[in-house]
Amino acid sequence: MKKLDLDPVTVRKARTLARKAGRPIVNLARRHTTVSVERAVLRLAGLAGADSEGIPWVNRLADTVRADVGLEHGFALPVWDALLRGEAEDLGVLAQKAASGSVTFRLPEGRDAQRARTAARKAAAAGIKRIDGRRRERERLIKRHGDPEQRPWIYLIVATGDIYEDIPQAQAAAREGADIIAVIRSTGQSLLDYVPEGATREGFAGTYATQENFRLMRAALDESSRELGRYVRLTNYASGLCMPEIATLAGLERLDMMLNDSMYGILFRDINPIRTFVDQRFSRQIHARAGIIINTGEDNYLTTADAVEAAHTVTVSQLLNEYFAKEAGLEDWQLGLGHAFEINPDLPDSFRLELAHAMLARQLFPEAPLKWMPPTRHMTGDVFRGYLLDGFFNLVGAMTGQGILLVGMMTEAVVTPWISDRDLALQNVRYVLGAAGNLHEDFRPEPNGFIAQRARQVLGESVELLEQIVDDGLLNAIGDGTFGLMKRPQDAGRGLEGVARKSGEYYNPAIELLEEDR
Amino acid sequence: MSIIRPYGDTTGDGMVQMSFTLPIPHDKRAEGAAVQLANKMGMDPALVVHAKPMGPDFTFFVVYGPVNHLVDTSKVEVVERDYPLLSPKEANLAIRKHLRRRLTVVGACIGTDAHTVGIDAIMNIKGFAGEKGLEYYRELKVVNLGAQVAVPELVRRAKAEKADAILVSQVVTQREAHVLNTKEMSAAFREAYAEDHRPVLVAGGPRFTEQMAGELGVDRVFGRGTTPGEVASYLVNALVTRRQPVRRSA
Repeated sequence: MKKLDLDPVTVRKARTLARKAGRPIVNLARRHTTVSVERAVLRLAGLAGADSEGIPWVNRLADTVRADVGLEHGFALPVWDALLRGEAEDLGVLAQKAASGSVTFRLPEGRDAQRARTAARKAAAAGIKRIDGRRRERERLIKRHGDPEQRPWIYLIVATGDIYEDIPQAQAAAREGADIIAVIRSTGQSLLDYVPEGATREGFAGTYATQENFRLMRAALDESSRELGRYVRLTNYASGLCMPEIATLAGLERLDMMLNDSMYGILFRDINPIRTFVDQRFSRQIHARAGIIINTGEDNYLTTADAVEAAHTVTVSQLLNEYFAKEAGLEDWQLGLGHAFEINPDLPDSFRLELAHAMLARQLFPEAPLKWMPPTRHMTGDVFRGYLLDGFFNLVGAMTGQGILLVGMMTEAVVTPWISDRDLALQNVRYVLGAAGNLHEDFRPEPNGFIAQRARQVLGESVELLEQIVDDGLLNAIGDGTFGLMKRPQDAGRGLEGVARKSGEYYNPAIELLEEDR
Repeated sequence: MSIIRPYGDTTGDGMVQMSFTLPIPHDKRAEGAAVQLANKMGMDPALVVHAKPMGPDFTFFVVYGPVNHLVDTSKVEVVERDYPLLSPKEANLAIRKHLRRRLTVVGACIGTDAHTVGIDAIMNIKGFAGEKGLEYYRELKVVNLGAQVAVPELVRRAKAEKADAILVSQVVTQREAHVLNTKEMSAAFREAYAEDHRPVLVAGGPRFTEQMAGELGVDRVFGRGTTPGEVASYLVNALVTRRQPVRRSA
């Protein structure tokens, strides 16, 4: 579907530059570990549950291990060394003993270290095997129930704060036509350095991501899939300080898509850049293995920066996200690269500009299921105008072959969606897809017209920006406020205390397994 | 004329449209129920122009009709702007002339709120509604702490920066989060500072009304549609023009 006459040399150059900009970050990520990566290993090995205060056992164990031997060697060696020394019969008991202070950890050496490595590897492999089983289960269910009939897949958000309210809402949304249900997280969760435990009924503007909530919602949507004769996908967020653990839980509970952007946490949550890139790489390796489609967050840049002036920052971020994703083992079909309909509607030709940007993304990433995000910034509370804007948003989605369409609500910026808002929004989508879903067959922009020129211009600006980033270093570019106008220096931000440079003895069985099977 | 009625296409016709959902299946009884609700809201006769089932258990209605209520505009209470609107140039000049140093403004989205769109619209140079944000004002030193800032951290930064004014933005309203967060903020500042040295506290967000300042414990509340120029003008008036920072009785 090559509709824009993009210069293949420029496109290749853009990718090469993205690789050049990203490679030092990957090297940096490989040299460091984080508390959350190490806790994810414990979760893979089967450690779950929380103490009476609600603090997960993985955190209790991790905190003690870190206090005894530090973070820089990873937690696998000291933990499985303690098990081999007979300190406890399993991880659960070990965590309890660690919490009560009745076990001391050490860094094993020589044969002890070798034995600990072997035992840790076996335990992590069992977890990865469970993730593999979940992936096969998904493939089976898709075969049985089928994929949605149309593209884009229709993505709807549920956000009550109470998992037991979310479930009927999600099932109703699926019945109304949603192909993908996203459960928005409670706003505070990204900054928690632990994953809450159990089914939760209290959340602000969203529901906590917990293993039990994942399990409950997936089971409910399996029911809906059977009822509706199409596989309904479930989405959550692998972001914030516990990204690696949440990615692991998503793999274990067969979530289908995860929001997972390489820079979002840095820019919009002020999480330390190194922490983010290390956590990112591990979580993407897990997503790759679990067959999870990631959704990146480029739409967010346009909520702070101007959607026309900053259009190229979206393209640059997409290229970087692509590089980081592929380096971590994700395939094209797993890249839900984000972009959004956020141009000021009062601007002349705003719709043509939107079309140009959406077509550029489509053509740069032909095999990726792009995620098309609705207007939010220029939704004013005038719900009638908002409904029209959402219609035009849907039309761009239909005309440019987007893979995932997040349904826009006319009450954006007014209330959390009411049942009638969702119903009207889905009517809007159905009308546009029904009336114009095949318009892309007829639609060819003039080779040197406004749309084609604009797309070329944005691509050109992207290459220029990538050149600057390569010269300056991506971490410096982030520090300078290149993306979303947010300035984030590498030696600041949340979660920095949970980062360590790996020692020569460092061992992580999960990363070893995930990297060797590729 | 202070007594008015809504206007459809003729003066005094009182015409109003509304839409709502009732938690019952769509049938004649449901439409009757919609009419009954509209009647009780003062709409008579009520015309159900659209009724649509939404799943098996809900029905959505659009209803038109005249309302029999009258509105007396002389009895409407609003907080009138009690400070002059200044251009950025005038604001800068006032600060330079009277304060003789830059005026420091610290802004944040506090608590769990991650929606920086409000604070960014006011503070970022980009601005809002065609007006440049506070960063554009040469005589303002603007520190935007971004999203999800804990209240103690905000107080600490305010002290470190010697803030003259604090702007907090709250968008998320679920379970009254915006009210609770803002009250926590104002209480913390009142505790951390002697009253006559406390920075001016300003809260903003689409679900706040200006009358809420007292309840929230802040000096001023800005609601939906506020522009950076209004905020800057208010700050200059409160902190500079009136010389002694005037603490509104709130």
